Amino acid sequence: MSTTGASMSDTAARPLDLPAVVKECGLTALVMFALAVGMVAFYTEDVPGGLEIATRFGAVVAVTLLGFFGRLAIVLLREGRPFPVLVVALPFTVLMLVALLSLNFFDAETAETLKNYLPVGDVVVNWIVVIMAGVFTLRAFWALRHTGASAKTVVDREKAMDNFAARVQRASRFIGPLLLGIAVVFPLLAFFPDSPFVPKVDRRLLDIAILVVTYVMLGWGLNIVVGLAGLLDLGYVAFYAVGAYSYALLATHYDLGFWVCLPFAGLMAATAGIILGFPVLRLRGDYLAIVTLGFGEMIRVILLNWYEFTNGPDGISGIPRPTFFGLPFSRSASDGGETFHGFFGLTYSPIDRIIFMYYVILALALITNLFTLRIRKLPIGRAWEALREDEIACRSLGMNPRNTKLTAFSIGAMFGGFAGSFFATRQGFISPESFTFVESAVILAVVVLGGFGSQIGVVLAAIILIGLPEFFRELQQYRMLAFGAAMVLIMIWRPSGLLAHREPTIRLWRERDGGPPEKTQAAEESA
Amino acid sequence: MSALRSERVDPNAPLLGVEHLTMRFGGLVAIDDVSFDAEDKKITAIIGPNGAGKTTVFNCLTGFYKPTVGRLTLNHPRKGPYLLERMEGYQIPQKAAVARTFQNIRLFSQMSVLENLIVAQHNKLMEASAFTFAGLFGLPRYRHAEAEAVELARYWLNRVGLEDRADWDAGNLPYGDQRRLEIARSMCTEPVLLCLDEPAAGLNPRESADLNRLLTFIRDEHNIGLLLIEHDMSVVMEISDHIVVLDYGRKISDGNPDEVRNDPAVIRAYLGEEEDEELPPEVAEDLASDKSDKR
Repeated sequence: MSTTGASMSDTAARPLDLPAVVKECGLTALVMFALAVGMVAFYTEDVPGGLEIATRFGAVVAVTLLGFFGRLAIVLLREGRPFPVLVVALPFTVLMLVALLSLNFFDAETAETLKNYLPVGDVVVNWIVVIMAGVFTLRAFWALRHTGASAKTVVDREKAMDNFAARVQRASRFIGPLLLGIAVVFPLLAFFPDSPFVPKVDRRLLDIAILVVTYVMLGWGLNIVVGLAGLLDLGYVAFYAVGAYSYALLATHYDLGFWVCLPFAGLMAATAGIILGFPVLRLRGDYLAIVTLGFGEMIRVILLNWYEFTNGPDGISGIPRPTFFGLPFSRSASDGGETFHGFFGLTYSPIDRIIFMYYVILALALITNLFTLRIRKLPIGRAWEALREDEIACRSLGMNPRNTKLTAFSIGAMFGGFAGSFFATRQGFISPESFTFVESAVILAVVVLGGFGSQIGVVLAAIILIGLPEFFRELQQYRMLAFGAAMVLIMIWRPSGLLAHREPTIRLWRERDGGPPEKTQAAEESA
Repeated sequence: MSALRSERVDPNAPLLGVEHLTMRFGGLVAIDDVSFDAEDKKITAIIGPNGAGKTTVFNCLTGFYKPTVGRLTLNHPRKGPYLLERMEGYQIPQKAAVARTFQNIRLFSQMSVLENLIVAQHNKLMEASAFTFAGLFGLPRYRHAEAEAVELARYWLNRVGLEDRADWDAGNLPYGDQRRLEIARSMCTEPVLLCLDEPAAGLNPRESADLNRLLTFIRDEHNIGLLLIEHDMSVVMEISDHIVVLDYGRKISDGNPDEVRNDPAVIRAYLGEEEDEELPPEVAEDLASDKSDKR
């Protein structure tokens, strides 16, 4: 196989070091085997009278073989021998595709028998295998068409991705308003449930949208701390919790409305940020991450154990919903007052409140975004970024690093607090369970995946990480698998995040095609 | 601040007075009782073999270390004296207007060249933006301040020949340009004393000639004092008005370039000495006392 490949591909290809290749593929197969024995080979089965351990060694063999041949394909592609890969991967892909698609046309019994002939028992996993094989096929095909074109190095790829991110960022002055337009218009489609011309927008979709926008806001808030100031905060959820509990307690004890409490909640969270930040911000990098992680847990444990104040694990229920300038979104006003639908002469529909909620969080998120965009161009924003780059140099320029970091920390916390009080009012019920470390990790994942400092990247990442898993709830456990796989791929492919690209906040020269001015042009201009 | 400085401005005091500066790290004495002055509108060079304690002197001056013993007085020509050893690190550039550069360049490499120079004017701009509140709403006061800051940056970019590359990422500049940018950045803080830690390191002869011109320009046109650590003797001898020589943490010579060049103690420190050659009496005494110390 390798000899055919060599004659077909470009003659410059190095001779294949067969033992090394076999060793590499064998090693991969070994790892796959070890993993599969642990995770795939045994499973428990419900039988009358209890659980029984069942085995599926066929799947282990299949996984090991797939690992071996997958690696072989990677090696061959790397060594410039795409032909054999194409020869094997193309029929394999087609065959698998046909098999998987045809499953739907048989009755359940035949389908079950057919499934036994698939490499792996589970249909979803088979689809993953097909997709991988398809990727190999396409890459082999591409390599055959572009013989002689050298493989892209990591540096080239990084540069290409950065260029792409730069283009997206430059285009964001069109993409931004476009996305905003879609975001503003889309919930209104819920008013045309039966029209064949508009996509169906129902309560479930709106709930997912609210969730995504909440995470977008949290991502933008955390981006101030992590992306701009470079302070790795693993306990961001603490400020979210402070905001949520501030609102919940103020509202239930003092009968205050959402709009009155919102600034207080932000203020409380910012204060919490300062209290935490003051002693720990002299720490750097990993150490700061550990302390913030601890702080996040502390807040949760306090909420859990301070029963008299927070109602402990029972949580706080009956948190009032926000009103539209004092008009509640309920079927009938409690104290004989006016309701929203009554005031505007509409028929009562429970979806009104959901749509209103959506607009509230959208507005809060937009405020966060505008604030971040604006503050980046102010001295304090530049100081944050400078601090991220080099703290010692900042000190030598007369900047007070502690105060500068504190402002970043408390402002980031403030937006977390706003989002938290929105969360409380949306749920109507909060308990410490909603503020676990996983929540912090997800928010951080949104920022990292989107790209530090990239506003549009955060939106994209929130849709991918929060929106899609909600959509694909049917896929059950594979949801989290895909989540993990996406993170691993990003780390390999582009560690700085999908759309990480930094534009200067101020320019001396007009931007010309994104590049720096040519020397001659600049000289002409200055003359 | 009144505790740190008295109100009177003494026109005769040197710009920087270093008195009995000693710095110990545990048992290691990095600087041992060093005293010298640096004058306004003069270039003072600190030279010495590797490990002589030059950078430690700088770190004490700019607040990165707290000296074990000693007094560091900066006589600001307009604001009066400051006692640097009592000030927080970041206050020294902010209040006493002492700027420094680093031996291993410390630029904000992901930020643009212009941004580097704007960040240097942080304190001024923060005040103008009323600690962000005026800036957030784009009040004219802040916009004027920012335009002024850009003008100052443009002036220095022009000076160091980087105006064309103002929008490049600082990290993408060639090495020599990075050195000059770092000097421009510290000048944007509008200092009265500029401390340069090996500004000519890694420069080729043409670049270091440019550097000489830049430094003499700063001295003559901006009327500030310069303090530099340098190994490149062509730079030191050509532009320095005053040279301080350190060896093993002690000052072994102090004077103008000619005096220092011919000082036997300096020659000995740099070139070594044959064993059997007769030592000057004071050095012999020193050595003897060193030995008795050890015993």
